[in-house]
Amino acid sequence: MSLNAHRCPNSHVTYPGHTRCPECGEKQVETVDLSDRTAEVVTWTKSTATPPGVREPNTLAIVEFELDDDSVRALGGATTDEIETGDTVEPVYVDEVRDPDAGIREPESQEWDGYRFEPV
Amino acid sequence: MERVAIIGASMTQFGQRDAWIRELLAQAGEACLDDAGVEGDDLDHLYVSNMASGEFEGMTGVPNALAHDLGAMPAYTQRVDQTSSSGGAGTYAAWQSVASGASDLTMLVGGEKMTHKTTAEATDVIASLTHPVEYKHGVTLPSFAGMTARHYLEKYDAPRESLAKVAVKNHENGLDNPHAQFRKEVDLETVLESPIIADPLRLYDFCPITDGSAALLLCPESVAAEYTDDYSVITGVAGATDTHVVHERDDPTTMGGVVESGREAYEMAGRDPEDIDVAELHDMFTILEFLQMEGLGFAEPGEAWTAVEAGETEKNGELPINTSGGLKSKGHPLGASGVAQIYEIHKQMTGNAGPRQVEADVGLACNVGGFGNCVTTTILEQA
Repeated sequence: MSLNAHRCPNSHVTYPGHTRCPECGEKQVETVDLSDRTAEVVTWTKSTATPPGVREPNTLAIVEFELDDDSVRALGGATTDEIETGDTVEPVYVDEVRDPDAGIREPESQEWDGYRFEPV
Repeated sequence: MERVAIIGASMTQFGQRDAWIRELLAQAGEACLDDAGVEGDDLDHLYVSNMASGEFEGMTGVPNALAHDLGAMPAYTQRVDQTSSSGGAGTYAAWQSVASGASDLTMLVGGEKMTHKTTAEATDVIASLTHPVEYKHGVTLPSFAGMTARHYLEKYDAPRESLAKVAVKNHENGLDNPHAQFRKEVDLETVLESPIIADPLRLYDFCPITDGSAALLLCPESVAAEYTDDYSVITGVAGATDTHVVHERDDPTTMGGVVESGREAYEMAGRDPEDIDVAELHDMFTILEFLQMEGLGFAEPGEAWTAVEAGETEKNGELPINTSGGLKSKGHPLGASGVAQIYEIHKQMTGNAGPRQVEADVGLACNVGGFGNCVTTTILEQA
C-alpha cells in the first residue's frame, strides 16, 4: 500500500497527481511514497454533519510532509478526535475510508481505500 | 465593445418551497419579463444558472423547458453550471452575449430546488464537486470551512466572536428582506452556543439549504432607456479559478479566484476597492466573508475581522456588506444565489432597495463556487 505524491522534473511535488504539474506545466514523471513518513497537522476540524456512508463525527486534517526539496500536503481523516494543530502524525492504512455504495458518486469511478492520520 | 445595462430584475421567495425547478425558474423569469415590460419572444438569448437539477430532481434540459414555458422560442438557450457560483458565471455569460453583439436582449434565470432532500443528501450532492482523494474521506464544504476558519483564527490571533458577528449582522440585514428564508434576528450568544457543525464553526456560521430563483434582463446600454429609466450598468465582470484540490493551496486563507476575478473586474471598471460603496459577498460560511473582504482589497490580509468588530461592514458603516442579508439569512439556492446578489446590487444602484437602501453609486458582488474553486466578481454602477 502506498500514499503516492507526484513529482515533475523541476522537483515540484503534488498530492494527488495531475496530468501536468500545476506549478510549471511539465509532466509529472515520478512518485514519492509518503506512507512511511511523518507529517505535521496544518489545520483540522471535527465534522458532525456528515454525508451518507461517512462516519460521524468525522475528524479531518490537512497535514504537511517535509521532503528533501519541497513540501507537500494531504487531506485525510484522523484516527482520533484528540488532535491539535502542530501535532506530528503518521499515515495509517484503512481499506475502506467511506462506504462506496452510500453516496452519490459512482462506486466504480474511484478508489475508496486510503490513509488516516494518527498522532505519534 | 458595447456597455451592458441591467433593465429588469426579479427574485422569488427563498426558503422551503412547494414548487419544483421548472416552476421556480418560470416564476422568476416571468416576473423579470414583467419588470421590464417585455415578452418572452423578445429574447435573443436565455441563460439558466443551475448546479444540479439532474442530481436533485432528475430533471435535465431546464433552459429549453424554461424557453417553452415563457414562450421564448426560438431564443438560444444555455445552462451554466459553476457549482455555487453558477449565478455569477451566468451573469458573465449573459454579459458576454450582449457585449459581443450576439444578443440584443438576454435574460438570465438562476434557480435551485434542494429542500426535498435530507441535509446529508444535499451535502453529498454539493460535496460531489470534490476530487476523489477528498470525497472518499467524506469531506464536505462545511468541513473545508471549519479547517480554514481554525487556520485563520490561529494564524491571525482573531477572536472566535468576530466570525459570529458576521452572522449577527447578516441576520439583522435580512430582517428587511421580504424574500429572505430567515427574517430572524440572532444574538451573539445564540450563534456561539449553537450546535457544532465543523469545529470551530457552529450551526449559525452556515447558510441554510434553500429553494428559490432570481432573474436579470440585459441589453446594450445604448438602448436601455427605451425600456426603462431604472437601469444599472455592468462596468466590470470577471471570473477566475483556484485549485480543485483545496489542500494544495499555499495559503489556505487566500482565495486566488477571489483575488484574480476581483483584480480583473476592478481593472475593467477602472475602479479600486476604495470606490466600492456596497458589496454582496458569498457568505455561505461566516469565514468566507473575511476571506473575500481581504481578497477583494477591502481589508489587509488578517484584518477583515477588525473591520467587522468595528462595525464598518454594517448597513450604516463605511462599506455595507450583504445588505440583502447575504446567503446567511436569505438562503442559498445554489444556482440562484449569484443572480440574487446582482439583484440586490441592481436595486441599490437604482434606488429601489426600500428599507435596505444605502447611499451607493458603485456596487460589487462576489460569487464563490466550490471552496473558492471558481469565482466571479461583478461591478455595477448607477446609469
